[in-house]
Amino acid sequence: MSILQTDDYRTEYTLETFSFLPELTADEIYDQIVYIINQGWTPSLEHENPAKASAHYWGMWKLPMFGTRDPNEVLAELDACRQAYPNHLIRLVGYDNYTQCQGHSFVVYRPRGM
Amino acid sequence: MASKTFDAGVQDYQLTYWTPDYTPLDTDLLACFKVVPQDGVPREEAAAAVAAESSTGTWTTVWTDLLTDMEFYKGRCYRIEDVPGDKNAFYAFIAYPLDLFEEGSVVNVLTSLVGNVFGFKAVRSLRLEDLRFPIAYIKTCGGPPAGIQVERDKLNKYGRPMLGCTIKPKLGLSAKNYGRAVYECLRGGLDLTKDDENINSQPFQRWQNRFEFVADAVDKAAEETGERKGHYLNVTAGTVEEMMKRAEFAKELGQPIIMHDFLTAGFTANTTLANWCRDNGMLLHIHRAMHAVIDRNPNHGIHFRVLAKCLRLSGGDHLHTGTVVGKLEGDRASTLGFVDQLREAFVPEDRSRGVFFDQDWGSMPGVMAVASGGIHVWHMPALVNIFGDDSVLQFGGGTQGHPGGNAAGAAANRVALEACVKARNEGRDLEREGGDILRDAARNSKELAVALETWKEIKFEFDTVDKLDVS
Repeated sequence: MSILQTDDYRTEYTLETFSFLPELTADEIYDQIVYIINQGWTPSLEHENPAKASAHYWGMWKLPMFGTRDPNEVLAELDACRQAYPNHLIRLVGYDNYTQCQGHSFVVYRPRGM
Repeated sequence: MASKTFDAGVQDYQLTYWTPDYTPLDTDLLACFKVVPQDGVPREEAAAAVAAESSTGTWTTVWTDLLTDMEFYKGRCYRIEDVPGDKNAFYAFIAYPLDLFEEGSVVNVLTSLVGNVFGFKAVRSLRLEDLRFPIAYIKTCGGPPAGIQVERDKLNKYGRPMLGCTIKPKLGLSAKNYGRAVYECLRGGLDLTKDDENINSQPFQRWQNRFEFVADAVDKAAEETGERKGHYLNVTAGTVEEMMKRAEFAKELGQPIIMHDFLTAGFTANTTLANWCRDNGMLLHIHRAMHAVIDRNPNHGIHFRVLAKCLRLSGGDHLHTGTVVGKLEGDRASTLGFVDQLREAFVPEDRSRGVFFDQDWGSMPGVMAVASGGIHVWHMPALVNIFGDDSVLQFGGGTQGHPGGNAAGAAANRVALEACVKARNEGRDLEREGGDILRDAARNSKELAVALETWKEIKFEFDTVDKLDVS
């Protein structure tokens, strides 16, 4: 058997962008928030019970943070969202109002055991 | 015009069709041809002949010309330019009035512009380099059934290129074994898999069987991964009726995307299918078999940027564009030039990218650029940099050739892609730091480490045959 042979590959429950990377550190999340803001996009947080994660619409945490230039403000909201919904998944979205699409979206918090 | 009289015989084309004083109208359809005239034929005469033969003219005067207003309908050559680096060829710029073309029919546009004129004796060779469609014409075309933004929303893919793969071997697998290959790719982390263009409905794998097994694979992978998945079910067929039957069945199975070969099947079939997709909420992936026959010769044929523009008008949500870095032909600047034509709302003239005209696409949805063919994980940083987020990066051999199989290969590519996107967002230079980014990511992914080892030596470095004309 070749030394390159890998092990059995287990299917992962991954949830889209950045799910194949190790969990992002606070600094790495900060960098992605900076990217979203610098693109001119609006950061927003969404949360959902993991059992309903495949739905298009997750619960919205307050309103999108229109006009914010401060990544720490987004991190503070993320923290508040996590405290309010410790058993929910949370994703960070960057709304692009020019393309009317989400420029970025990735899960930033997974409840214990996910 | 009462003042004109019928004068039978042959007259020089340039008397009627060479009009250097003409200022093109916003509603004119503009074309740039690269012309190599026969020896002894002056440029103005050859250019005027092209304008005539692709619009109202024929080789001799006919009395019925006088029953209409030829001044209103004729195509006009309004400019001639040298081709940098080629003294035998020149560019002829021709303006066609809007009324020469049926609304919403790229078929009609192409039948006129690249019809008989390409076999015309006065020119040795002829190439349609670019077209400027007036916005008035674009508004009559349906365009992409969904477009980039709607596709992202449907498939829930944001902030990154999508990952795909063509199932191999491209011919010979049974439907059930083929579905297995699809399932393995998708559960491993690809977003989309693709029928090879050669797969239609052969004896070893009839289309119904393929569609059913593939649908099972897609649905199960989606459920297990928590991600939306799709497989381009190729509905290209020998007749339009058969094509539509296959498309309907794909929808019945609840599948999100189908596939079509727009050149071999033809623009009429493609536009019909695109319209059906728009009405039925299906995404449409477009393959381009036969394009190199038409677009590869730098002196004769049609440049791919024209075919790409025509496809955007006819309708498709994805179009193959070449990879720039892989096994197939593709000059970087030129490729980026027509990738812009697929995705942007307005593309300004830029000769350094082979763009001869400003092109306003109005509100027409964009087409995802598909990079596919001979690419592997080491190409990932360059591909993300070149194609950006609105693209599908397809690693066929680069997924299924992984020593651990399709799922491991898919995971390796997905890790590499996400590492590159994350690094780009952090402001790092992908083409300079790409190797480090991949090696760092491989520390957390055995699959990526194996992939990097497997393909470390493979390069495709041949010179491009069809280069941009530069001095």
